[in-house]
Amino acid sequence: MSVLLSILVDGVAYGMILFMISVGLSITMGLMRVINLAHGGFALIGGAIAHVLTMFFGLSFIPASVLAVMLVVAAAAPMERLLYRHIYGFDELGQVLATVGIVFLMIATVNLFLGSTILPIRSPQLFAAPVDLGFRTLPFHRLVVIAAGILVLAGLWLLIEKTRFGIYLRAAVDNKNAAASLGINTARIYLVAFCLGAGLAALGGILGAELLPVEAYYPLRYMVLFLIVVAVGGLGSVLGSFCAALGLGILDTFGRYMLPDVGTIFFFLAIIMVLALRPNGLMGRAQ
Amino acid sequence: MAQGLAINGLCTSFGGLQVARDVTVTLPPGSRTALIGPNGAGKTTFANLITGVLQPSSGTILLDGQDIAGLSEAARVRVGIAKTFQITNLFKDLTVRENLRLPMLERTGLTSRIFCRADKNQEIEAEILQLLTDFKLAPLADRRVRSLAYGQQRLVELALTLALKPKILILDEPAAGVPSTESHLVVEAIKRLPADLSVLIIEHDMQLVFDVADRIIVLVNGAVLMEGRPDEVTADPRVQELYLGGVHA
Amino acid sequence: MSELATRPSVRTAALSLGSIWPVAVVALGAGAAFFLFPYDLAFLTRIVIMMVFVLSFDLILGYAGIATLGHAAMYGCGAYAAGLVALHISPDPLLGLVFGALGGALIAWLSGLVLMRAHGMTLLMISIAVTMVLQEAASKARWLTGGADGLPGVSVSPIFGWFEFDFVGQVAFIYSVCVLVAVLVFCQLVVGSPFGLALKGIKGSPSRMRAIGTPVYRRKVTIYVLAGAIAGIAGALAAQVTGLVGIEVFNFSLSADVMVMLILGGAGRLYGAIIGTLIFMVVHHVAAAIDPFNWLFVIGAMLLVVVFALPQGLISLPDRLIRTFRRT
Repeated sequence: MSVLLSILVDGVAYGMILFMISVGLSITMGLMRVINLAHGGFALIGGAIAHVLTMFFGLSFIPASVLAVMLVVAAAAPMERLLYRHIYGFDELGQVLATVGIVFLMIATVNLFLGSTILPIRSPQLFAAPVDLGFRTLPFHRLVVIAAGILVLAGLWLLIEKTRFGIYLRAAVDNKNAAASLGINTARIYLVAFCLGAGLAALGGILGAELLPVEAYYPLRYMVLFLIVVAVGGLGSVLGSFCAALGLGILDTFGRYMLPDVGTIFFFLAIIMVLALRPNGLMGRAQ
Repeated sequence: MAQGLAINGLCTSFGGLQVARDVTVTLPPGSRTALIGPNGAGKTTFANLITGVLQPSSGTILLDGQDIAGLSEAARVRVGIAKTFQITNLFKDLTVRENLRLPMLERTGLTSRIFCRADKNQEIEAEILQLLTDFKLAPLADRRVRSLAYGQQRLVELALTLALKPKILILDEPAAGVPSTESHLVVEAIKRLPADLSVLIIEHDMQLVFDVADRIIVLVNGAVLMEGRPDEVTADPRVQELYLGGVHA
Repeated sequence: MSELATRPSVRTAALSLGSIWPVAVVALGAGAAFFLFPYDLAFLTRIVIMMVFVLSFDLILGYAGIATLGHAAMYGCGAYAAGLVALHISPDPLLGLVFGALGGALIAWLSGLVLMRAHGMTLLMISIAVTMVLQEAASKARWLTGGADGLPGVSVSPIFGWFEFDFVGQVAFIYSVCVLVAVLVFCQLVVGSPFGLALKGIKGSPSRMRAIGTPVYRRKVTIYVLAGAIAGIAGALAAQVTGLVGIEVFNFSLSADVMVMLILGGAGRLYGAIIGTLIFMVVHHVAAAIDPFNWLFVIGAMLLVVVFALPQGLISLPDRLIRTFRRT
């Protein structure tokens, strides 16, 4: 029983990281219909900046993280305006190719300045402190990750359900042309959604560095994982991404603990099953 | 044995909404039937039931006495039911010639062949040439469909469907989206269709309907309101109510 | 108008000549490369093998419009099949190719039954997942595959019992070129056949294909199996020429590279696959040789230039230039 519970806790923490990084991808894919293979690149850049700030400039974790996320958002905005704006209009394959090109440039940039080794982020002592949950002890960091994931979910829910931006966003996801004809500035919605997604990816990259170590090839190494979360959750669905991320996080953790020999096979077979039976994802709508 | 298409007591519904109610219609060989009715009357649904895109919940569809209600879309094409799309649905990156070649190869069961050339079957090439001439498309034969005017694309759509040598041809708004300067091309093409073919035309444009149809079926809310010759239909007070009484056609 | 009227006749002429040209150009190019770069034969052989692989992907992506990111699955199965046959049954290379093709075709058929019902994003993801399953299976089934260490020392006997694989790689190169030419001829047959036209139709409009009575799903599974067999041949060639088979044959980056090479050259044309592979491999090789750490800059920039400036691939470059000149 306690084994199952600790798998659950680890799986949930892992799932929260996947959620934070993937949810922006899900929104942009649902909204702009763009297959953005470079999304993980924002997590990489966020992690790399946090690495530089904490290791070379001696900033402590929290200000470094905040600054890193802000810098990523600041970098994402001109990219959206200059590059992605045009990529939305490409066909599926053009999008794949263009965003692979972008991710290569991101990797090469990080590689040029920081090399291809793992980039550790100095985190507060407190993160490593053990917390006794009764059935096991786990580092405080896991609890921070879980709390951050819940906060992100709650924040997104409020943003999407309770604000004017959210109404516009939902309208644009639902029917872009209708939204535009109602006078909604879809270009600005795209920009904001894109920057939000990039910022969340950066946050996920920094907080998740212990589970998914940051290094130059990070966006390619985990790209498949992020895309699968989005595909299983359903494009454009925040709640779908959340459920898919948690489910896949727990499934993957379970597989690796309990079935070390065939865990990964089991994981991917499960994904094939889900997608074969529900081609639009758990919460996706028919297109 | 009854020739042509005989539809008897056809019903279907989406969720709770009944979109075809006990529709009974016959299309004998050589008939030119128009299906009219207000938006949402179930005209396209009716066409989809005949072509097998949708399955009826009850009723029979007999083609030359054979029940075809259980057949798939592809199988119904093989027994002789073909339709044109409301919005042109062609192979835009292929040439006009290739667009006609495909249905012919399919009809003759050749598209599973790998070890022969697609463009070297003399009978089919001759048939393509004939069809191109019939539709006055010969000068455009090697142009990509994408580069044609919309009216010309409608003609290709019609020729492509005819290349299947159907017994029953369903034209879903053949003149939709065609500029008025080109619509006479479509009307002429419909008038030149083979005499033994039975044609069902779904159309909003009443001028076109009167030009080509010898029989009109009026569909309202998924049920047949009336059926008769064009003059009978226009004289019917219920139809006048429907078309002149403010209900959008 | 006059420009439009003259183009079709040029196109038809090109089509009738088209059947001989690519084969002749490939044979001549390979011959020239053989004498010009005698010390780079190993690299040239790799290019030739990739060309076979990219050609197989062109059949499904370029002609039938089926976009997957898991083409390495078939390549890998072909490589393992050929490697295992060489180790346990017979070292004959041609038999290895046959089993490579069978291995690729078998996995394409099994996975294709599920994959060919999916579309878009779902298709991309399932195809990735299939490859991941195979990679994990290969890594865990140590008794059969040697796990992460790969198959130990695959070696093959002389071709037809006569041409022995040499150190410089001359025989390997010629052997690979022969396979490439055979595959190219086969692909041309497929593309020019009624079945090939049906594939183009499926790419253009699946709903219209169904409306003319084509069993679209069955046709898609068929081409997936055919392409799988050719990809299996490419994998088998790689196994025989390098003597190595490891779980890297299932790497995601291989599937992605194949897509990049094809779109770079121009999908939907066989010579697009050849040219894209050649240019990608050479640029990759040269950039990595000049600066082993920063060659990704070159590849990334190249991709962006292609999609922004040449969306139809490099193959459309001459056409574009001609049009620009005519306009001025």
